[in-house]
Amino acid sequence: MIHSLFLINHSGDIFLEKHWKSVISRSVCDYFFEVKEKAVDPENVPPVLQTPHHYLISIYRGKLFFLSVVQTEVPPLFVIEFLHRVADTFQDYFGECSEGVIKDNLVTVYELLEEMLDNGFPLATESNVLKEMIRPPNILRSVVNTLTGGSNVGDTLPTGQLSNVPWRRAGVKYTNNEAYFDVVEEIDAILDKSGTTVFAEIQGVVEACVRLTGMPDLTLSFMNPRLLDDMSFHPCVRFKRWESERVLSFIPPDGNFTLMTYHVSSQNLVAIPVYVKQNINFFETGSCGRLDITIGPKQNMGKTVEGLMVTIHMPKVVLSANLTATQGNYTYDLTTKVLVWDIGKLNPQKLPNLRGSLSMQAGAPKPEENPSLNIDLKIQQLAISGLKVSRLDMYGEKYKPFKGVKYLTKAGKFQVRT
Amino acid sequence: MTDSKYFTTTKKGEIFELKAELNSDKKEKKKEAVKKVIASMTVGKDVSALFPDVVNCMQTDNLELKKLVYLYLMNYAKSQPDMAIMAVNTFVKDCEDPNPLIRALAVRTMGCIRVDKITEYLCEPLRKCLKDEDPYVRKTAAVCVAKLHDINAQLVEDQGFLDTLKDLISDSNPMVVANAVAALSEIAESHPNSNLLDLNPQTINKLLTALNECTEWGQIFILDCLANYTPRDDRESQSICERVTPRLSHANSAVVLSAVKVLMKFMEMLPKDLDYYGTLLKKLAPPLVTLLSAEPELQYVALRNINLIVQRRPEILKHEMKVFFVKYNDPIYVKLEKLDIMIRLASQANIAQVLAELKEYATEVDVDFVRKAVRAIGRCAIKVEQSAERCVSTLLDLIQTKVNYVVQEAIVVIKDIFRKYPNKYESVIATLCENLDSLDEPEARAAMIWIVGEYAERIDNADELLESFLEGFHDESTQVQLQLLTAIVKLFLKKPTETQELVQQVLSLATQDSDNPDLRDRGYIYWRLLSTDPVAAKEVVLAEKPLISEETDLIEPTLLEELICHIGTLASVYHKPPSAFVEGSRGVQHKRLPGSAGSGESVESPDTGSAAGVSDAPPAVIPSQGDLLGDLLNLDLAPPATTTGPPPPTSSGMQMGAMDLLGGGLDSLMGDESEPPPIPLRTDTPQSPQLPHQSPSPPDYSPTELGGDLGGSPAMGAGFGAPPAAMPASFNAPVSGGLDDLFDLGGGVGMPSGAYSPPKSIWLPAMKAKGLEISGTFARRAGVVQMEMTLTNKAMSVMTDFAIQFNRNSFGLAPAGPLQVLTPVSPNQSIEVALPLNTVGPVMKMEPLNNLQVAVKNNIDVFYFSCQYPISMLFVEDGKMERQVFLATWKDIPNDNESQFQIKDCHLSSDAASSKLQGSNIFTIAKRTVDGQDMLYQSTKLTNGIWVLAELRVQAGNPNYTVSLKCRAPEVAQCVFQSYEAVLKN
Repeated sequence: MIHSLFLINHSGDIFLEKHWKSVISRSVCDYFFEVKEKAVDPENVPPVLQTPHHYLISIYRGKLFFLSVVQTEVPPLFVIEFLHRVADTFQDYFGECSEGVIKDNLVTVYELLEEMLDNGFPLATESNVLKEMIRPPNILRSVVNTLTGGSNVGDTLPTGQLSNVPWRRAGVKYTNNEAYFDVVEEIDAILDKSGTTVFAEIQGVVEACVRLTGMPDLTLSFMNPRLLDDMSFHPCVRFKRWESERVLSFIPPDGNFTLMTYHVSSQNLVAIPVYVKQNINFFETGSCGRLDITIGPKQNMGKTVEGLMVTIHMPKVVLSANLTATQGNYTYDLTTKVLVWDIGKLNPQKLPNLRGSLSMQAGAPKPEENPSLNIDLKIQQLAISGLKVSRLDMYGEKYKPFKGVKYLTKAGKFQVRT
Repeated sequence: MTDSKYFTTTKKGEIFELKAELNSDKKEKKKEAVKKVIASMTVGKDVSALFPDVVNCMQTDNLELKKLVYLYLMNYAKSQPDMAIMAVNTFVKDCEDPNPLIRALAVRTMGCIRVDKITEYLCEPLRKCLKDEDPYVRKTAAVCVAKLHDINAQLVEDQGFLDTLKDLISDSNPMVVANAVAALSEIAESHPNSNLLDLNPQTINKLLTALNECTEWGQIFILDCLANYTPRDDRESQSICERVTPRLSHANSAVVLSAVKVLMKFMEMLPKDLDYYGTLLKKLAPPLVTLLSAEPELQYVALRNINLIVQRRPEILKHEMKVFFVKYNDPIYVKLEKLDIMIRLASQANIAQVLAELKEYATEVDVDFVRKAVRAIGRCAIKVEQSAERCVSTLLDLIQTKVNYVVQEAIVVIKDIFRKYPNKYESVIATLCENLDSLDEPEARAAMIWIVGEYAERIDNADELLESFLEGFHDESTQVQLQLLTAIVKLFLKKPTETQELVQQVLSLATQDSDNPDLRDRGYIYWRLLSTDPVAAKEVVLAEKPLISEETDLIEPTLLEELICHIGTLASVYHKPPSAFVEGSRGVQHKRLPGSAGSGESVESPDTGSAAGVSDAPPAVIPSQGDLLGDLLNLDLAPPATTTGPPPPTSSGMQMGAMDLLGGGLDSLMGDESEPPPIPLRTDTPQSPQLPHQSPSPPDYSPTELGGDLGGSPAMGAGFGAPPAAMPASFNAPVSGGLDDLFDLGGGVGMPSGAYSPPKSIWLPAMKAKGLEISGTFARRAGVVQMEMTLTNKAMSVMTDFAIQFNRNSFGLAPAGPLQVLTPVSPNQSIEVALPLNTVGPVMKMEPLNNLQVAVKNNIDVFYFSCQYPISMLFVEDGKMERQVFLATWKDIPNDNESQFQIKDCHLSSDAASSKLQGSNIFTIAKRTVDGQDMLYQSTKLTNGIWVLAELRVQAGNPNYTVSLKCRAPEVAQCVFQSYEAVLKN
């Protein structure tokens, strides 16, 4: 199982190590550094590496490498999932997952790691359970602790650990009982030069924020559940009922959690909310090029497209961009060669346009590659797949909760080729 | 207030300060101090000196403080074992604590203290905890057994903890079950044959029940454990599948992949006509697709596994091509994997889409990826025949971009396309040639050279092109050098007249000036082939190439089966069996997929497109090599169709020696030859006069064609007149003349080149054969034994449908092809036929040794005759022995085997005799002159590998020569002597 964990920052310093079995020397990371050096971009470091005596399985999150060392045959996905869980937990506890924050909370981090893994076996990874044992830092509490000599660590057995509903603690009480659900969909799409959809699919997620007293049993049903191609559920969801009735029946964890994720595959027709007309040219001579991009609405179901943003990774030889935007602002980062055009709200009457010239390094040959456009956008109150929640019922408790559903569509990996 | 404050201590006396604080009376101060110690520890500072002080803080009822001390203990106990003992009592006490959390914490921490002395104290508390009333404690204790086993395996077995652990598989609490399974699996890895996880239907049922209720991690352990079980029948298999399928909807990708593993394995047992089988197949696709929208690291592992799954069951994802399309900001390791799977899924149905994508990728930034994309286009062409044309035009488009690495990669794949579809796309060669100068990578250069050599006859300036490569021969990589060597030899075999210089140049570059043994060896082999047996050379060098397999990188099926059983593991990421690399698991058992129960046959694996088939079973030259002459009666009337294929490329004499040794007939001949004779490695220079002189000439030139060219051949030596009458088909003359300088044929003044061939004699008189008269002789031409016959029709009717067969004979002579009498022979017409022979036929000792029984058939009847061949035609071109070997062999052969003969009335000088004999492959190795008598030491080798050593004594002025022959098979001596006489007197 998982033997050791090293946290490594962007520049390659190991700033934390944790061993669950015997201590493995830091020098094991040298193999990793070697590969990292070769890969140039940290994103391109392969996640599974073999060294003479160990396997190094790593993830790259928030400019940090979480590098685990294993010695025996272990499912790599198990390790990767666990590492992401560690990163999620840090995010959850400290609000962000960065070197600074981890260093500031070293002891808590260490306690967490100790609690999450025992002898390499995951022990407690549910945020609810962890929070009962190790309280997240919080200014008020540290003040109180200092005054009263209280402790950060819970001293009772976390109730969830052994019950049939390990994700929910007992004795939850709220004065305002509320249950909110966010249906968030991301469009992953590739459009070709002419604007034809090469590939498009939807990754959906139902996020829940449930603050209900006692042991409520909820049932959430959709108007059109058959739209979904593949779904994965929070362990609380009763799978049998979904199989037979296509309703989500569950006793919710307390607080925020992901109820389900789903997938609408490329074989269905996925609506593309905007079209992009673009023309990026580099001339053979004169070390310059032209850029002309226009964005207009397409299938947006009558809703407004907001937060529109275009990102282009320019070829290395492009030195600067001299452009005019009819709407929004553009920036060109000389070091990363990234052009960002922040448009904002899309006005169907006056389509935003960005055009102008690009200047290249003198004498450099015309770049061979065509830069792709990355589109960001948001549409409030719309799930682009058409998924709709029809009702939410609660059983097992007598009070009447506040209920609400919000929809949001975002661009995921939305790319336009040129 | 953050933990960073714990680092801000004064440098001076840091440890001292901490020590004071740890011993403080105030709880709060103590805790702060321990925190500081832990903080220093986490960043690798050595705070082990504080061990006794920290351990003193352990006896506290403050849980947080206790935990912190435990953390410290785990880290430093190893380095301070004696001190650690101090902590034992507290542990034992804590294991009895009323709070289950403290009991669990104590047993957990004790297991992490890797000190032998402590483990002894651990046993009793652990035993209690394994039976604790609280499941939280039990599940912690289960893991503790695995920890203890890691420290002291013997102790765990002696204390019976393994049995207790096995009992926990039946525990009422799912988490306990999961942890027990995990612990047992880990222990089992170090005891591959211990049978710890003895799975039976009852335990399987328990596991399946626990599966639904335990944590995601527990589910992974249970699923991985289930995958090791082999169900008794297809019904059990189906019921397990049904209970595992819901795991495909889990949010944790590792659970999903482990479930996929179980399903992929158990599916094998389901009958394919079962409805459930189809349902299951359909259920597998969506979760696999969903894995691809996860984080890139997860995608990578998923893709590596999908790569295995699509090889095993391509139908699962055949409609999901699009999800493997590459996004420009995917990490490179994801891009490359996606590309691989795209090619595996490519089919006629989706090829257009795939090609459009691949072309798009070819303009990306990342060079590795672009290269692989271009290569992928080539693989598509080879895989989907209908797309080949489109692929080629796409590749041509890419070549037009003139992007250097794209062009090079395209040329490499076009080479493969040429091989797969010969004679289809050669029109693009011109375009390829335009880019010759830009090729700077060895693989591309080699590919281009291969193309030029392969299609030399269609490229007008092939020789110039190859010559241009030759200039920098020594700066090229080995790959290019080897290819260049082969290409030039091909060119030579195709256009012999214009390219002798080139071939000479490359052969000498390869053999003399190169330090690379591979290159040298190949050079020598070609050289020898060309000089001994151009027919064989042509057959070898220009042989039909084996087909390129469609899927060049398919995993070998048994390995694939094993890897399918290891889906989700490191083995599946590396595509290697665990035994090949997992160090921790000593001696992993090989896993196999269970056989299908319903259909009785194992599931068909995807077409492996094996490249075999071509090399095996070359068509038999004679359909039925009859045992007795009587069998010859069964000659087919139709021209033998089976003889159209090329004879096996091993027909060259020197390779046959060893093979013939196996033939039974020549027992006595082979008597002493228990091992194949040494083939001398030629290290002499090509200019040396001993080189075999037979010129590498294309054998399929018909005599008449050559006759016409003869006079005009620019390469023809001045000393050559018309070929001797006895050699009507000596088409090798002009070329050998031209090659004189290459092989430096010792002056060659008026010396008839080529092996001695007796004049034709009548073998079959017309009277005995209903009007067919056959006269003939044998000759060795360019390393090939030929039977040259004149067929004369002395009957009144037309003769057609000629065929020939030999009876078994001493040297395994057999026709290498059908008798080529293409036109009917009309009355009073004679035709000349040359029948190439090989020596791979069945062997039977004849009396006399060189007797050959022949059957000839025509439309009238079958006729039999026998004739005797001069044994000199079986002397092979590499019959020159090394001096040292000669000496040793001469001494080694018993004197009884020596026989002496007199050759009378011979008026040649010793040099002339030597040169003449060499023409028949009798090689002079050394010459000694004693008292005016020249002694020539000579060697020759027969096609079946028998060496004959000779001493020829020539006295000046004495027309009588003496020959002493020594051979391990003395039977051949008489025949050899006859050949000596015949060669020297003619």
